Amino acid sequence: MREVAAEFANPVMLYSIGKDSSVMLHLAMKAFYPAKPPFPFLHVDTTWKFREMISFRDKVARELGIKLLVHTNEDGLKRGINPFDSGSALHTQVMKTEALRQALDKYGFDAAFGGARRDEEKSRAKERIFSFRTAGHVWDPKNQRPELWRIFNARIKKGESIRVFPISNWTELDIWEYILAENIPIVPLYFAAKRPIVIRDGSIILRDDDRMTLMPGEKVEERVVRFRTLGCYPLTGGVESPATTLEEIVAEMLAARTSEREGRVIDHDESASMEKKKREGYF
Amino acid sequence: MRPEELRAFLAKQNDKSLLRFLTCGSVDDGKSTLIGRLLFDTKLVFEDQLRALERDSKKHGTTGDDMDFALLLDGLEAEREQGITIDVAYRFFATEKRKYIVADTPGHEQYTRNMATGASNSDLAVILVDARKGVLTQTRRHAYICSLLRIRHVVLAVNKIDLVDFSEDIFDAIDGEFRDFADKLGFASIVSIPMSARFGDNVIERSSRIRWYDGPALLTHLDTVDVDTDRRGRAFRMPVQWVNRPNLDFRGFAGTVASGRVRAGDPIVVANSGRTSTVSRIVTMDGDLAEAAAGEAVTLTLADEVDISRGDVLSTPSARPDVADQFAAHLLWMAEEELLPGRQYLIKIGAKTVPASVTELKHRIDVNSLEHMAAKTLQLNEVGFCNFSTATPIAFDAYADNPETGGFVVIDRFTNGTVGAGMIEFGLRRATNVHWQALDVNKSARAGLKNQKPVILWFTGLSGSGKSTVANIVERKLLFGGQHTYMLDGDNVRHGLNRDLGFTDADRVENIRRVAETAKLFVDAGLIVLVSFISPFRSERRSARELVQPDEFLEVFIDTPIEVCMARDPKGLYKRAKAGEIKNFTGIDSPYEAPEAPEIHVKTVDMTAEDAADQIVARLRAAKIVP
Repeated sequence: MREVAAEFANPVMLYSIGKDSSVMLHLAMKAFYPAKPPFPFLHVDTTWKFREMISFRDKVARELGIKLLVHTNEDGLKRGINPFDSGSALHTQVMKTEALRQALDKYGFDAAFGGARRDEEKSRAKERIFSFRTAGHVWDPKNQRPELWRIFNARIKKGESIRVFPISNWTELDIWEYILAENIPIVPLYFAAKRPIVIRDGSIILRDDDRMTLMPGEKVEERVVRFRTLGCYPLTGGVESPATTLEEIVAEMLAARTSEREGRVIDHDESASMEKKKREGYF
Repeated sequence: MRPEELRAFLAKQNDKSLLRFLTCGSVDDGKSTLIGRLLFDTKLVFEDQLRALERDSKKHGTTGDDMDFALLLDGLEAEREQGITIDVAYRFFATEKRKYIVADTPGHEQYTRNMATGASNSDLAVILVDARKGVLTQTRRHAYICSLLRIRHVVLAVNKIDLVDFSEDIFDAIDGEFRDFADKLGFASIVSIPMSARFGDNVIERSSRIRWYDGPALLTHLDTVDVDTDRRGRAFRMPVQWVNRPNLDFRGFAGTVASGRVRAGDPIVVANSGRTSTVSRIVTMDGDLAEAAAGEAVTLTLADEVDISRGDVLSTPSARPDVADQFAAHLLWMAEEELLPGRQYLIKIGAKTVPASVTELKHRIDVNSLEHMAAKTLQLNEVGFCNFSTATPIAFDAYADNPETGGFVVIDRFTNGTVGAGMIEFGLRRATNVHWQALDVNKSARAGLKNQKPVILWFTGLSGSGKSTVANIVERKLLFGGQHTYMLDGDNVRHGLNRDLGFTDADRVENIRRVAETAKLFVDAGLIVLVSFISPFRSERRSARELVQPDEFLEVFIDTPIEVCMARDPKGLYKRAKAGEIKNFTGIDSPYEAPEAPEIHVKTVDMTAEDAADQIVARLRAAKIVP
């Protein structure tokens, strides 16, 4: 992180409010202590995030005194893009991928930190820590730089940018252990609580507001659920779980035989779908 | 799991050591299968991944109805379809004793750079051989690259032993042949293991099918091998990444301790300047530390006001790094475009980036036979031994003593790509014995006498574009105006000073370097120097520009389309080049990189040479270079 702050004119840290982002934010606070991180934090808001995420985000930014930027694809909003009618693929493309590009272009960021990890998905196992993007934010797997030792080549031309993944080599277990060891605050949605949910296509979906209309045969139930990953609420499946403490979450994770991205509806189409999204500029 | 059990479990996780290793082997040696097997057997494959694997095995798999573990790893669509691994993939698993990061690297010679990348961060290498094929040229190459990057421990995995009926004789023969070769490479340990990755023999546990083998299974060995990576035992080094100044009262130097340890109260020296001070605090968000060791990211404050900036290396005064602007290093070339000695690149070492060039390529090392070969350039994946010269002195250690401060990357100044990886062998002292002689009469005195501003007019353009013709007229006009000039012409200089050079890319770079240095001497003499060379590469024109002051270099682009040059063909050269009689002819089979922002751009198509010269002289007057 210090390397990026030193080498780039205008870096930004992407802040998705999830547990990995919480860890990244914590690391940034530590890396520059006693100074504040010398870059802003950017949240791409699709307007479909869980409400608890948004209130958590605002509270954290206030308490830590960091600079938070929020960007929404207004054009997408006008077009009425939403996860229910538009489908998850189009919604993600417009409200996340395109919105991110818009924000990066708007502020002219030349480096953006992300919380991606190599253990998450096959095509990410080959991702660099400094991932090079062309002027159109395009990731070309053939045009990535070798990374030897801990020396990172941060040189870019005008318009090009670099995505930086400082926690590439962490595993999901490392993340939880670190949250536990450092007592890092995370969104309450990770903990089990009684919540109003709907079962749709086999996933447990939290009905976070009444923009979610019920299909015939669906009913809202109160169940004790929690979330292993956080995103847009209509696209994020929860799990039934009694885990209300960090220890219980970690214990549950250790026993789990289902990897974390299964909760995300977007990866299911085809196993190479993440690579396709990356080429288009998704994180 | 109860909370107290969990606490105990997590405490154990934290005590686990981390071992980073790489696997190397060629496409068919079963490398990806081996890692897939390690992940599968250490229960790191989740159910949903397993379902995807079963589905993918049917589509792309090469193992019939069995699961193809390699498909767990080969991440990018392209390589999955071709069935080869073309990039370094990182995998994670853990046992009761250790956490592991595996760098899965491709085996072909054209992927030497990928292997070196994986090796640069590894403590141990697993080199696979197919028991049916034995030690191949590539096995030797893998071993050599591991030794070049100073990997200390090697496992020779003799895979597919089931396909040679678990033969002990075959295993012994392979083991013996490998040791004969690898003993020269100075590894701390070599362990050979017969195994079948596909069926799991000797991967996690000793196989009952290979009773004659009494050594450990692979994972047992990885769990117990002492990798001796004690960076903490070496001398203290910390490259400064970031100067932390939140307010006037605090000035901290942030970085990751590269080696050794540092305590509050320790004396330190800034290697580059030789200034000394004492560590007053080791600052972290969780409070000050008494001590910090290799691998820890900290912020130091010092007792004295010492001028320190990013890239400086803090070290212990009793064991300082070398500081020099010339050194010898092994260099692995990683770019499609060849290394050109004399061309200026950037090197990044620690947190410092400086311009540098290879002054001498002593030899190339054949990575297959280890023989030293004469070479003028390095191609992709070739390893050479070179002398480097940097624009300013840098602090470093020999790579063998300290990889953290002895390894560097080479960056192309135009593409910004990482084009090479270097490992410093030793500093060169001779530079310190050639001092500058101070002179009484200087450039401005000489130029003042001539009533002019010394400058280089660098004419570049294709052969036959009219460079020399226009330059000649310009010189004549300047002479009539009473100016003192000198002309360096490409063809003429090649008859004398550069008689020994040909037309390969490497020779073209040296050609331009000499001419640029000569032009610099004439500028120092107070002259207006006209240089008329094709000078096809941007890099060298830029290097020439950087030899003199910014206002002393004017690039004149004689812009004539190649069709026009070919039609003119004043010396009949294009005709001969097209007939194949002249090799490496610019515009035909050697590239011309047009200037992006020349000071003077002359489009000759609808213009006479006389008009072109007038345009240039007018610009010189406007810039007050001539009256």
